[in-house]
Amino acid sequence: MALGRQPVPHSAPETRALLKRPTWETGLWSWLTTVDHKRLGILYFVTTFAFFILGSLEAAVIRVQLAAPNQQLVTPDFYNQLFTVHGVTMVFLAIMPLGTAFANYFVPLQIGARDLAFPRLNAFGYWAYLAGGLIFYSSFLLGGAPDAGWFAYAPMTMTEYNPGQGIDFYMVGLLISGIGTLVTAMNLIVTIVNMRAPGMSMMRMPLFPWMMLVTAFLVIFAFPPLTIALFEVIMDRSFGTLFFNPEGGGLPILWQHLFWIFGHPEVYIVILPAFGIISEVIPTFSRKPLFGYPMVVLAGIFIGFMGFAVWSHHMFTTGMGPMANSIFAITSFVIAIPTGVKIFNWMATMWAGRIWFTTAMLFATAFLVTFTMGGITGIMVAVPPFDAQAQDSYFVVAHFHYVMGGGALLSFFAGIYYWFPKMTGRMLSERIGKWVFALVVGGFHLVFFPQHFLGLLGMPRRIQTYDTGLGWDFYNLLSSIGAGVLGLGVMLFIFSLLRDMRSGKEAGDDPWDGRTLEWSISSPPPHHDFGDLPIVTDRDPVWLAKHPELIEKRDELSESSDGAPEAPNAADDEDELVHIPGQSWFPFLASVGLFVGGMAAVYHNWFLGALSVGFITLCVYAWAFEGVGGHYLRVRPNERRSTGLASIRPLSEMAGKGQS
Amino acid sequence: MSSLIPGHTTHTEHRSTPLSDRKLLMWIFLASDCMFFAALIGTYLVYNGRSLVGPYPTDILDIPLTTVSTFVLLMSSFLMVLALHAIRMNDIPKFRLWTLGVAFFGSIFLGFQVYEFSHFIYEGLTLQQNLFGSTFFTLTGTHGVHVTIGVLWLLSLLIISYVRPMTSQDALSVEIAGLYWHFVDIVWIVIFTAVYLVEFI
Ligand SMILES: [Cu+2]
Repeated sequence: MALGRQPVPHSAPETRALLKRPTWETGLWSWLTTVDHKRLGILYFVTTFAFFILGSLEAAVIRVQLAAPNQQLVTPDFYNQLFTVHGVTMVFLAIMPLGTAFANYFVPLQIGARDLAFPRLNAFGYWAYLAGGLIFYSSFLLGGAPDAGWFAYAPMTMTEYNPGQGIDFYMVGLLISGIGTLVTAMNLIVTIVNMRAPGMSMMRMPLFPWMMLVTAFLVIFAFPPLTIALFEVIMDRSFGTLFFNPEGGGLPILWQHLFWIFGHPEVYIVILPAFGIISEVIPTFSRKPLFGYPMVVLAGIFIGFMGFAVWSHHMFTTGMGPMANSIFAITSFVIAIPTGVKIFNWMATMWAGRIWFTTAMLFATAFLVTFTMGGITGIMVAVPPFDAQAQDSYFVVAHFHYVMGGGALLSFFAGIYYWFPKMTGRMLSERIGKWVFALVVGGFHLVFFPQHFLGLLGMPRRIQTYDTGLGWDFYNLLSSIGAGVLGLGVMLFIFSLLRDMRSGKEAGDDPWDGRTLEWSISSPPPHHDFGDLPIVTDRDPVWLAKHPELIEKRDELSESSDGAPEAPNAADDEDELVHIPGQSWFPFLASVGLFVGGMAAVYHNWFLGALSVGFITLCVYAWAFEGVGGHYLRVRPNERRSTGLASIRPLSEMAGKGQS
Repeated sequence: MSSLIPGHTTHTEHRSTPLSDRKLLMWIFLASDCMFFAALIGTYLVYNGRSLVGPYPTDILDIPLTTVSTFVLLMSSFLMVLALHAIRMNDIPKFRLWTLGVAFFGSIFLGFQVYEFSHFIYEGLTLQQNLFGSTFFTLTGTHGVHVTIGVLWLLSLLIISYVRPMTSQDALSVEIAGLYWHFVDIVWIVIFTAVYLVEFI
């Protein structure tokens, strides 16, 4: 596309920038300074994949170690580090930010915005997450990883019982990556509330941005208690405060409360983006609108609220008393209701649909089954007497892997198969995809289904090895074989990704007969996403534009249209001038400051810590004074609308006619 | 070419609500910050009365002194309102005066806090002494950091008013800084009640 460029015509006086504003479009520096939501989305994808592979390797070692009784492949000490790092990696560094990766790339495209509300803050969110992840992982090279489990219960984290640096890496790493998660969530809320395309009311918004909105609210309320808890442990270990020190009167149980007030909402922070993706994939491939859209939205919101009222179900065996146990058991049962509502809505969407079993749809279907299984064991462990039996056994391990892996991860596979063509302009091989599906889903169940029985047979989690003759040998072997199958599937998937990125079949703009705005623009999307801002008069605007015969059914499909809203676009024969925000060094540099400051905190080097705070402050000022900057992109009239959008205009006109 | 652009600026600034992005971001940040303080105050209250050794709160807290510093902080909120009104009226000299006033009152509050901390340490209350020390210094220290950031922010706005002409965007910046400042004040009222007043009921 021959798109002209304009300098920024700001009348405001040029403020002197500390660093020359970067304008690289390719190469390493362009990635370090980018503020484009699509490029940041790709950075998130690549980074979460890298962490996912690391987490999988740790899991692989665990499964080899447990394949047979009385093996000594790894020492008990290293085994503790392995399961701790595996858990933290998967929850904080792989699965949760994978949701953010999807959100970064697709929330603006689905709501018809050209970027997030604060592009530089978005970049900072990514770099802070990476800084936290690197601090956490550097522990492996710098004298030993944390080994107190992913929830790092006090007082195991006290210096007295854990004298190495591992716990400091855990606390500081999570605190800093949490800062990234928090600012990105705030950014997403502003974007979704304020930057929807003209006419896209909240109840016309696709489900994925809806669920990301709920997720972002969960993040801003759930991460502060975690951050404070981490901060208090850092204070204990660095300055000798007594927060979690029983000798000084501190209550280790308080850590559990603070952690799980975060920890249960975290489950929904992980799973709601997955629900959003499933709610996009199932209607598309069932070729029907989502059944009961308002119910699915409301169920998501209700889950978000209830997520804060169930945390103590992780603490049934700590002696809270029958009253507290009963209350938290009941709230935990209640939360199953909206989740069930969603499952039934998805099934009703498939019901009588002309289902197209692409790999994405296969994964979505597998998600329904697998997640429901995880939900059912969830209800079982929400019963306090049962939990007293299952607590800290492999039954719990099986349960949360069905929720996190079978729920979140399978839906992310569906999302990648669904959106890969949009991101790259190429299809992922469907032939390989079916194999990936079979290996991943089959392998997954082979790993984790036997673990239910292991748990019921009394095998505790987090043991480095076990004796023969306890009836655990066969199930453990089965589980380890499953890990191999699952690993094969993941490797095949990565092979397919790498190959089809370059040489896959050309996808075109809309390979799936898509419903939402991202399918109306080219694949991959142009830098500015949308020439004209799309005008939305319905749910599923692109689908209805392509199938005008369905417009008469519109009132059954969704809320009635209130006609075409005012279009804030240029006149038809004029060029559209699209503002492209300027690249910036400061989000990256501020995160470098966070990284150095974090390392200083780990090693109690307060001089370096103070220097880092000074450096970060400098970056914040430079950031504020350089302004949004950027340039205007000139989009010619014939390039303003691509194939799908061209037909959106007639839709709004038709909608108007239909009403009169 | 550039003459085309003013007519086009509305295109790039389409928004779904009348709220500005920046103000919305501040509201969301404050919602989140509530939870930060909730966790800290919660920790304080859980540990209240659980210290194994002294000094205990009633031995050491000085209500009249802190009442004065609280009053100063509250008055700074009043000046903040005046500063915002002044910049909205485009009355730059008054804006400078009131903003300086807010920053000055904020600094007085911080001065009281520095005095209080050093006095407590002299009396034997340290971070490591007992749970009261651990929780008190962490909670009020976090609040003090918030006040410090607020003072720096307001002084920055003050300096900007000398460097270049103030615009309607700057009025929005003052309003957002004001939201932050009022929030920090309100949090202090809660802390003052939970930490200081409750002890002496
Ligand atoms: Cu839970």
